[in-house]
This record gives sequence, C-alpha cells and structure tokens, in this order.
Amino acid sequence: MAEIAAHGGETHHPALQHHFTSLEQQREASTLGMWVFIAQEILFFGGLFGAYTVYRTLYPEAFSAGSHHLSWKIGFFNTLVLIGSSLTMAMGVYSAAIGKKNRVVGFILATILLGGVFLGVKYFEYGEKIRPCLGDGSHAGCLVPGARFDAAALHLSGAEAGQVQIYYSLYFAMTGLHALHMIIGVPILLTIAWFAWRGRYSPEYHTPVELVGLYWHFVDIVWIFLFPLLYLIGHH
Amino acid sequence: MSPAFPLAPERASSVAPEVDALFLFILGVTGIVALGIWVVMLYFAIRYRRRSEDERPPVIHGSLALELTWTIIPLLLMGVMFVWGSKVFFHLSRPPDDAMTVSVVGKRWMWKLQHPTGQREVNELHVPVGRAVKLVITSEDTIHSFFVPAFRIKKDAVPGRYNLAWFQATKTGAYHLFCAEYCGTEHSKMIGRVVVMEPEEYQVWLAGGPAPESPVLQGEKLFTDLNCITCHRMDDAGRGPLLKGIFGRTVKLASGEEIVADAAYVRESILTPAAKVVAGYQPVMPAFQGQVNEEQVLALIAYIESLRTPTPSTPAPPAAARTQARGASTR
Amino acid sequence: MTSDRNTLPADHYLKHGWDLKSWLLTTDHKRIGLMYLVSITLMFAIGSLYAGLVRWNLLVPDGSHMSAEAYNKAFTGHGVVMVFFFLIPSIPATLGNFLIPLMIGAKDLAFPRINLLSWYIYIVGAALTMWALLTGGLETGWTFYTPYSTVFAESNVAVAAVGIFIAGFSSILTGLNFIVTIHKMRAPGLTWFRLPLFVWAHYATSIIQVLGTPVVAITILLVALERLFHFGFFDPNRGGDPILFQHLFWFYSHPAVYIMILPSMGVISEIVTCFSRKRIFGYTFIAMSSLAIAAIGFLVWAHHMFVSGMTVYSAMVFSALTYLVAVPSAIKTFNWTATLFRGSVQWDTPMIYVFCFIGLFLVGGLTGLFLGNLGLDVHLTDTYFIVAHFHYIMVGGAIMGYLGGLHFWWPKITGRNYIESWGKVSSLLVFVGFNLTFFPQFVLGYLGMPRRYHAYPEEFQILNVLSTAGATILGFGYIFPFSYLTHSLLRGKPAGDNPWGAKGLEWTTQSPPKTHNFDEVPVVTEEPYHYAAEHEDHARG
Repeated sequence: MAEIAAHGGETHHPALQHHFTSLEQQREASTLGMWVFIAQEILFFGGLFGAYTVYRTLYPEAFSAGSHHLSWKIGFFNTLVLIGSSLTMAMGVYSAAIGKKNRVVGFILATILLGGVFLGVKYFEYGEKIRPCLGDGSHAGCLVPGARFDAAALHLSGAEAGQVQIYYSLYFAMTGLHALHMIIGVPILLTIAWFAWRGRYSPEYHTPVELVGLYWHFVDIVWIFLFPLLYLIGHH
Repeated sequence: MSPAFPLAPERASSVAPEVDALFLFILGVTGIVALGIWVVMLYFAIRYRRRSEDERPPVIHGSLALELTWTIIPLLLMGVMFVWGSKVFFHLSRPPDDAMTVSVVGKRWMWKLQHPTGQREVNELHVPVGRAVKLVITSEDTIHSFFVPAFRIKKDAVPGRYNLAWFQATKTGAYHLFCAEYCGTEHSKMIGRVVVMEPEEYQVWLAGGPAPESPVLQGEKLFTDLNCITCHRMDDAGRGPLLKGIFGRTVKLASGEEIVADAAYVRESILTPAAKVVAGYQPVMPAFQGQVNEEQVLALIAYIESLRTPTPSTPAPPAAARTQARGASTR
Repeated sequence: MTSDRNTLPADHYLKHGWDLKSWLLTTDHKRIGLMYLVSITLMFAIGSLYAGLVRWNLLVPDGSHMSAEAYNKAFTGHGVVMVFFFLIPSIPATLGNFLIPLMIGAKDLAFPRINLLSWYIYIVGAALTMWALLTGGLETGWTFYTPYSTVFAESNVAVAAVGIFIAGFSSILTGLNFIVTIHKMRAPGLTWFRLPLFVWAHYATSIIQVLGTPVVAITILLVALERLFHFGFFDPNRGGDPILFQHLFWFYSHPAVYIMILPSMGVISEIVTCFSRKRIFGYTFIAMSSLAIAAIGFLVWAHHMFVSGMTVYSAMVFSALTYLVAVPSAIKTFNWTATLFRGSVQWDTPMIYVFCFIGLFLVGGLTGLFLGNLGLDVHLTDTYFIVAHFHYIMVGGAIMGYLGGLHFWWPKITGRNYIESWGKVSSLLVFVGFNLTFFPQFVLGYLGMPRRYHAYPEEFQILNVLSTAGATILGFGYIFPFSYLTHSLLRGKPAGDNPWGAKGLEWTTQSPPKTHNFDEVPVVTEEPYHYAAEHEDHARG
C-alpha cells in the first residue's frame, strides 16, 4: 500500500528523497551505490587473499598442517548455515517484492538467527584456539600467533613453526574480518526488519531490502571462498 | 661541469659513464620538450592576450592529426629511453664471472663488509681499481640500501635474502657510501667510504694488519665447531647429504621439486632446514636460526662453495648470480 | 533569480542557519564542501609546519638544529599529514563536493548523508592520527616500510595506522558518492560527452579511490595487527616477507598519486577554456586520457621497488608500463596549450595558476621519465631527485591547480570577489618560492644526497640553504591567499552570477547558489564550453 504524500500540489512517494527526481532514479542510484561498495569490499578482502596466495605458494606444507588442524566439519556446518541464511534473505527480498510484510520480517529474523548461529560457532572455534593462550602457566594448544603459539600441537618445529603462524595470522585476519562484516550486518538487518514491520516497504519500493540482501549475499560468497582455502587444504 | 659547482658525482666506475650518458640523453629530450611547450604556451598567452571584450575566438574542436602526432612521437622517444635504460639495467645486474665477492651486511647503523681473503671492514670498503667486485648484500634487521653515488650503483639490503650488485672502479680515490633506505634514528649516520686503490697498494693494504682468516677458513672452523661434520661427512655415509661438490648443482627435494643449491638455498638449509629437505633424507637436521649470525652464515656458504671438486675456490660461480633471481621472497 | 553586481542574492545556501547544528548536521553538499575546506586548510597548515621544521634542520649539515628522532618525526609527520589528510581529499572533497551537483544540474549528490558521514570519518581519522603524531610521534616515514615499522619503530605506529585506516573510508565513500552521482543524476540532455572535464576527472579519480584505497586499508591494518599482536606477516625471522608489504602498499599508493593530480587537471581544463573564451582543444582526448591514467596507473606500482631485488624482467615490465602512463598526461598538456591558440586569453589569477601548473607539472612529469628508466632509477631512487620529482607534481601541479580552482570558483562559492592584484602577487611569490625550494633538490639528488637524512656531507649545504630560502618564500606565498580570501568573505564586492563569463551549469545559478541549487531542472542542449564563435551573436553571461 503506497501512500502518496502531497507537496505543494505535487504528489510523490513518501520514500522519495528530495534531491532525486523520481523513485526510479533513486532506486537506480542506491543499487549502483551498493554495487560500487561491494566492488570496494572485494578489493578490501582482496589484499588478504593476495597475501594468502603468496604465502601458501611459499609454504605449502605449513599451510596444509595448519588447515588440517581446523575442524572441517565445523567449517562445513557453518557454510551450510550461512548458505541457509542467504536463502532466507532471498526469500525475504522476494516477500517484499510481493508485498507480504509479515513474511519479510519473519525471513529477516530467520536470517539474523542463522547469522547468529554462525557467529556463535565462530566464537566457539576461536575460543578453543585463544583460551589456552591466556593467563600464566602452560600455553599448550595456544594457536594465536606470537610468543605463546604452540607449534608442537601441530607437530611442527623449526621453520614451519614460524610459517604455520603466518597461516594462523591469515586465518584470524580473514575470518575475523568476515565475522566483523556479519556483526555489522546484524543491526542493519534488524533496522530493515523494523521498518518492514512498520509497513515502510511495498512492491513499488523495497530497495533497502534488496540492497541489504545484496550485502548479505556478498558476505556469504566471501565465506564460500574462505572455507575451502582455509579448511580444506590437503584434504584430497 | 665545473668542479666548483658540480652537477654530478665523480664518475668512478665502468658503468658511471653509461648512466650519465643516458641521463644526458633524457635530459636533452625532456629539456627540448619542456622548453618547447613553455615557449609555445607563453607565446600563445601573450600573442592572443585579450585586448577587447568583444573578441570571439574561432570554434576549434581539435585535430586528430595533431593528437596522433603528439601521441606517437612521445611513444617512440620513450621507447628509445626504455630500451636504452633496460640495457644499462641489464649491465648493472650481471656481474662478470671473474668478479671478486665481497659480502655486505647492513645492520643498524653500520655496514659490515668482508673480503674474500677474510679482511673485515666496517663502513669502509677498500678495493683495487680495475677489478670487478661483486657485492652480496643482506641485512640483519631492517631494510637498508647500499648506495655509492660515484659508481651509480644502489641495492637494497633486505633481511632474509641476498641481493647482488657489482661494480668495477675506474678511478682511485675515496667515494661516499650511503645508506639509502630509511632505517631509524641514525640512518644518516650509516655512511662511509669506498676507497679505490692501485692494485699494488691494495695488496699492501690486504697484507697489513693481523693475518685475517678467509671466510672459507672461518666457515670450515664453524663447520666443525657446530658439528655439521657429524652428519655431513666428507664421504657419502652421513645422515645428511654430501656437501662436496653440491654448490651450484641441481638437487632433488623430498617434495619432488628440483632446485639449484645456491647461496640462498644453503642459507635456508642452515637456518630452517625442514623447509626444503633433499630427497632420500630424513628431516632431522636441527635449525640454526638464532645460533649463527649473517656473517657466520656467509662464512659457511663460502666454505661449502669451496668444497666444489678439484679447482680451488673460484669466486662468483654462475649459480650464485642466480641468488638474486631466486630466494624465498616475492618480487 | 539572478543577482546583480551590487548586492548578494536575498536567499542562498549560507543563509539557512548559522548555528553549529546547521553546519554539523547539514546534508547540503555545498556546506559539506566548505567544512572540508576548513578542515583541510588546517591540516595543510600543520603539514607545512612540519615542512618548516624539516627545512630548518637542513640548513646545517651536522643536523645540530634538532635531534635525529625529532627530525625523523618531522618528515614523517609532514608526509602523513600532507598525503592522507591534505592532498588526497583536497580538490574532490572541497571543489568536487561543491561543484559536481551544480555542474550536472542536480540538487545534491546521490547520497547526501553519506557525504556528511564521509566528513565525520575524515575528522575522526585526522584527530586520531594527530593525537598519535603529537603524543610520542611517528618516525617510520609515511611509507611504513616493514620490518622497520612493525618490529623496530619506537613510536605510535599502531594508533597512527588506525587513524589513517579510518580516514581511508572517507575517501572511499566520497568516491562512491561521485560515481553514482555522475552516472545517475545528470540533467536531461547532459550526455557523457557533454560533461565538463572537471566531472570526467573526478569520475576517474573516484574509480581509483574506490578500488585502490581498500588495499592500503587492509595493508595498514595488517601493520597495526603485527605491531599489536606480533603476527609476523612481514617479519623475515618468522617466515614473513618484507617485500610483500611494499607490493601491497604501492599497489594503492601509486594510484593514489593520480587521485592527487587528476582533479587538479580537471580544474585546469575548466579554467583554460574559460580564460581563453574558447572551446577546449581535444575534449574527447582529454576525457579519455583521465580514464587511461586511472587504468594504467594501477599497473605500475613496482617502479617504486626497482632496487629491492626484483628480477630484471619484472622490472622491465613495470618500466615499460610506467612510460605508457606518461602518454595520457602528455596528451592533456598539449591539448591545454593548443586551447590557447587564437583564443582570447585573460591573464587573471586563475589563469596565472594555469600557466604555473602547466610549466611546473611539465617538469614533474618529465622527470618521471628519468625515474621510470631502469638504468637511471638505480642511481636516483631514494635520493632528493625523487623528492623534487613528486613535489613538482604535487605542489607545482596539484596545489597550483587547487589554488587556481579556489580563485576561479570563489565568486560562485561565496558570492564575493577577492582583490585581483593580491592574487597575482601571491601566485608570483608561490611560483618563485616553489622553484627555489625544489629545483636545487634535483641537483642534490643526482649528486647522491639520500632522502630522509637528518645530517649530510658538507658539500651539499649550499643547495640545501637555497632550498630552505625558497621554502620560506613559498610559505609566505601561501599565507597571502589565506588572508585575502578570508578578507573577501567580509569585505569582498559581490560578484554576480557569472563574473568570468564562463560556460557551465554552475554559472547559470546565482552566486552563492540556493540550497537546492536550481529552481527548475536545467535541460542541456549544447556541447560543453560552447563559447560563441566569431560570426555568432552572443548573449552575455
């Protein structure tokens, strides 16, 4: 149900911002803006993927050992969870396009829930690597690169002890950056869900839902690259 | 060039005149272009200066002919510059086979050099005129850069790898040596001299002072002191690969890869031996990282290189020149 | 609604509130442009103070004017502030923000709130970085080379790195805003090839900002992480590669120099055509050359690394591409000069800055041919030749263009004229001071004086003294525009809609413009710079 606002004789959609001449122009501009933003994100992650490529080429065994030590099952579970959240997000966008407000809210909440599961699993994964590093005493099992890193837990010593730390640096940097993008995404999703609940979107105007969906799918795709590169090396 | 107000450093190496000639060529071309445009610009600006508010200049959109001309001619000129510059760069990058090897280790904030006969110097390098000198350069800490303006050479000293440079001095005298990569507080104090002497004087200088130990002898001593000999015996029965004759040869690794046993490989095998284990051997060699410094590594390399069969140690094998092209780092 | 020459218009964008809230919560691109103008002027002043310290120390060869630590912090502060907080935002954030919507007939940028956010992000980044510089300082050089910056530096590396990281997003968002605005908000009839060249220049710049900045952002983040958590990415003792840092860093920082020069080139195109009262020569070539510079500029980064140990063949590739990227800049220079031919050339201050730009950018660009040359770069890299080269482009080029643009559009932005004779005097001071400062540095570089040296051999002193003398003149030269432009805000004569008789949509509005720019959406039917020809009747303005 689109409400038409009156402005000194002219009528236009209430969501139209005044510097745009039409809702169409606004939608096109917003969409292009999100694509440009995603291009920038690709370059942002790209630096890390570049560093990964360089170091993996130099230290294949260390990377293999490090990857082996991760649980591919947990990673796989998280991959399914995230793909599922992309599915619910896509359903949310579709629901907005056909004007089903309640379904929009429901699907976005489901997306948030699945994202939360992903983040919860990550919290657990990080925890078992970081907890041994804290406090005094033995740091057996510590997998945070630095003075307390326990290379023996991976049966590595010498040069490879240093090289596998580079692997773990990349692991934390890449998954951490990815998780940060998800954490930022959650309040944005909540905001969209709230606006949807308040009836702001309609088949004529649901661009914010589409664009947040685009962002969420991008975050998903980054993970689809991260998972095999980090978890599946050496698993033939 | 008036000596009272010099515009260039002395030309004291075989490559310096090449570099200067190239410089003058580019200066000439760019000078003419710059002068030309300044003159034309000012001429137009004055000649067509507004004299009345009623002036209506003609409508001129452009000229494809002009655009093509002033695109193609610069491209051609730059092509010449590029080719000539690449030639000089090739020359700067390929030391002659008979060059004597001097090792250079940069460390905050000094240059530590060692001659093939063992003499060590700090912040000074004495060389004979007319002899090619190859520098194997590395750093113990941050990136430095070995720069001798009079020779027109410069190369970064990067920790963890060897970079090569070379020169042949053509004039006796003392020339500035600078560190050219910012390395902290005393970066501008990391300077010294390269002293070029007549060959006889150089021999005298070499003989002066306490009899030094050549890097080969130092390396041999370390080889025994550090017990390398236990596994790397001089027969083929050791737990480690036979090192006799290995320097410069291609070896096959456990991973199946084949690699040339050059200076970088030997260094890596000393410091982090598990990285590239020779096929057929167990990865049991202890890592010496932290136990030997860069100069000791260079001595060990010199010793291992000297184990090449029958001829006594000849400096600068072709394999070592590949050290720059290899190395465990990105380009 | 036009304004006559005696009074300012009754209603304009500066009249809608003068309290803090109306500025700090504005979404008007014009006000945001002004807020940026104030901010970057402040940063320029800070960067200049650092420069003053550097040049003062270099008066004597033994470095006795200040300790080595202080000097190293001074040149680092100069570089960091000038590159990240002055040059990168300068023209786009001030003139670009103000003019692009006006030039394309739009009411604002595509995302006005993101524009404001951009400014806030810039302020936060600047504040954090300044805090790092002032408490403890930074002495890594603006290039942060590893492992020095990650392992050996004893200063606020991590905090400064985070500050710069944050500021990078300001740049990205501005670029994003411009790209979408130029694509989607052009007035009816304003096709791509009717756009002013200033807009083309900013479009190309924005592409670089969006694609390049994220790479340096992640790189600087890795440096901060390594500082704080000792990760070991770039530490050779732990398998890291210090040269990888250089590749990642220069992948952005080379295109960054095109972010700094392209907008200035856009300004030059606008001024040269107006002050010749003639169409620009080779419009399409100039427009396309901006895109070419942006594209090729991404492929040349390793020419900063020729002596780091790369193979000869890699070096040749980068040298060839470096020569290639020089061509579009040359094309622009020839076309600007050709525009003067049979023009009606007015020697007002903006045009004087154009002459300065062309003359000095020429030197900067041509000396790039020396540095892209492999045989020469071995000798010249890391010396004062490099310092001179990039200052000729950044100061002799970019800042001249910036000053020219400020003077050209000042009447439009403020509604007032400045005193023309002061403009001419200042430009002369700046030109003389600049050349005296930096030309001696070419000689110093070839003689072998390395850069970032706190103390130097005595034989280099004369040239250094000349350089410092020039810097003093240059400093005064910059103070004058600051003074008389500020003075004009209060006492300048009202300028009228179009004091220069220029073409371009921005000149069809009143001076200063209304908040929403245009009462009616303009419709464009003419080619750009459609100055009347010899046989046509013309309407004034």
